[in-house]
Amino acid sequence: MKILNIIKTLTLIDLFQGLIVTLKNFFRRKVTVQYPEVKTPVSNRFRGKLALMKYENGEERCIACKLCSAVCPANAISIDSEENEDGTRRTTRFDIDAFKCVYCGFCEEACPVDAIVETDIFEYHMTENHQRLQTKEMLLQLGEDYREKIVSKKEKDYLYK
Amino acid sequence: MDDFLTQLFGFLPQEILRFILPLTKILTLLVVLILVVALLVFFERKVIGYMHARIGPNRVGPRGWFQSFADVAKLFLKEVVVPTNADRFLFLTAPLLSLIPAFAAWAVIPLNPSFIIADIDAGILYLLALTSFSVYGIILAGWASNSKYAFLGAMRSAAQMVAYEIAMGFALVGVLMAGGSLNLGVIVEAQSGGILNWFWIPLFPLFFVYFISGLAETNRHPFDVAEGESEIVAGFHVEYSGAAFAIFFLAEYANMLLIATLTSIMFLGGWESFFAGSSYLMNTSMAFLMEPSILWLATKISFFIFIFFWLRASFPRYRYDQIMKLGWKVLIPITIIWIGVEGIMFLANVGPWKVT
Repeated sequence: MKILNIIKTLTLIDLFQGLIVTLKNFFRRKVTVQYPEVKTPVSNRFRGKLALMKYENGEERCIACKLCSAVCPANAISIDSEENEDGTRRTTRFDIDAFKCVYCGFCEEACPVDAIVETDIFEYHMTENHQRLQTKEMLLQLGEDYREKIVSKKEKDYLYK
Repeated sequence: MDDFLTQLFGFLPQEILRFILPLTKILTLLVVLILVVALLVFFERKVIGYMHARIGPNRVGPRGWFQSFADVAKLFLKEVVVPTNADRFLFLTAPLLSLIPAFAAWAVIPLNPSFIIADIDAGILYLLALTSFSVYGIILAGWASNSKYAFLGAMRSAAQMVAYEIAMGFALVGVLMAGGSLNLGVIVEAQSGGILNWFWIPLFPLFFVYFISGLAETNRHPFDVAEGESEIVAGFHVEYSGAAFAIFFLAEYANMLLIATLTSIMFLGGWESFFAGSSYLMNTSMAFLMEPSILWLATKISFFIFIFFWLRASFPRYRYDQIMKLGWKVLIPITIIWIGVEGIMFLANVGPWKVT
C-alpha cells in the first residue's frame, strides 16, 4: 500500500485526472447567454414589477381592503381609502416602495378581487430616489399597458395553481 | 537582425551605430513583450472562461481582443493612492523593482540564432541573479504598504521564493551539465538534431521540477498564497491602485512569459524544429519545417503559457505548509538525486550529449 501511494504521489496521477476534467470542459459547448441580445425564457409564474388591474368596463378592481399591505412582509404597500361618490370604498393612495418590495407575491395571493398582480417585467430602473414610489396612477397604467400579456400568462398558469 | 539593422542605419558613423543597434533591439523587444503581455491577460481570461464553459471577454473590439488595452487605459486613469504612514518612496519604487528584473532578464535570452541583446557567457548566472532580484519588489511592496495583509503576503512570498529558487538552481545545474555551457545559445545548440536530442528526455525530472518551481517563483496558481484572495485579500499588492498596480500586473505576466521561455530554451530545444533531423521530411516540399526558427520557440512558449492557465483553472491553492514541504522535501531531493544520476549517465555515455 505504502509503495503504491508513493508511486501515486510521484506520478501525480490525481493532478492529471483533474487536468483532464478541465480540458474536457475547454472543448465543451459554452453555456453563456449574452444577455442584452439573448434572453432566457421567462416563466408564466415569474414575479416582477407590480401592477393594478381594472375590470373590463374600466372600473377599478381594488376595494381598499388592505389585505395586501397587511400581508406584505416588507411593508412596501401604503394605502389610504375614502368613500366614493357612488358609495363604494376606493383607495385614494396606493403606493408601492420599489426599494422595499421583495417580489414575494403574497399581495397577489391575498387579493380577493385579483386587483394587484405581478407582471414579468424585471428590467427597469430609476435614477432619482423619489422614483422608487410607484403611485396608483402608475400601477394602473402599467396594468392597462400590459393587460393582454398579464391575462394570457395568468390563464396559462391557472391550471397549476 | 544585425545585418538588417546595420543596413538600415548604415549612413550613421560607427560610434553612434554602436549605441543605436542595441537600443533598437531593446526597444523592439520591449514593445513586443508589452504587447504579448497584454494579449496574455486577454487569453488567460478567455482560456479560464472556456474551462468554466463560459465564453470569456468578448465585448471590446473584435471578439474582445482589445479587452486588456481597455483595462490598462482604465488603470492608468485611476489615482495611485498612497496609504497613510506608508513609506512613500519605497511604496512607489517597489513596483519598478519587480518589473525591471522581469524585463532585464530578457537581455540574455536568444530568440533565434541571431537575435540576442547581450550574448554573454554567464547567461544562466545572470538569469538566476535577476529572477532572485524580483522578490525584493514584492517584499518592499508588502513592507512599505503599512498593512498587515500586504506584509503577510510579502512574508509568504519571500519564504516561498527562497525555497523554490534552490530547486530551480539545482535543476539548472543539470541543464548546464548537459549543455556544457552557461551560455543559453550554446545550450540550445547542444540540443540540435531532432526532438530526441532535447534535454527534456534525459532530464525529465529536472524539467518537471523546473516548471513547478517556475510556477512558484512567479506566484502563480496553485502556489499563489502571496496573493491568497480568500485569506489576505490580495496579498502584497492590496494597497496598490492605478498605474502602480498595473505595473505589478505587467511584472507578473512578464515573469510568467520569462519562465515559459526559459523552460522552452533549456528543455525543449528553444528555436529548434520539432521535425529537425527527420529523414521522413528530408528532400520533400515540407523540408522547410525542419529549419530552426523563432516560430518554433513561440509555439513552445505558447504551450507552456497554456499550461500556466490550465493549472490555474484546475487546481485549488496549496496550503502554506504544503508548499514548503513540496519545495524543501520533494523537489530539492529529486533534483539532487537526478544530478547524481546524470553524472553516472555522463560517465556511462548514455546521454544524447557529446562527450569531449
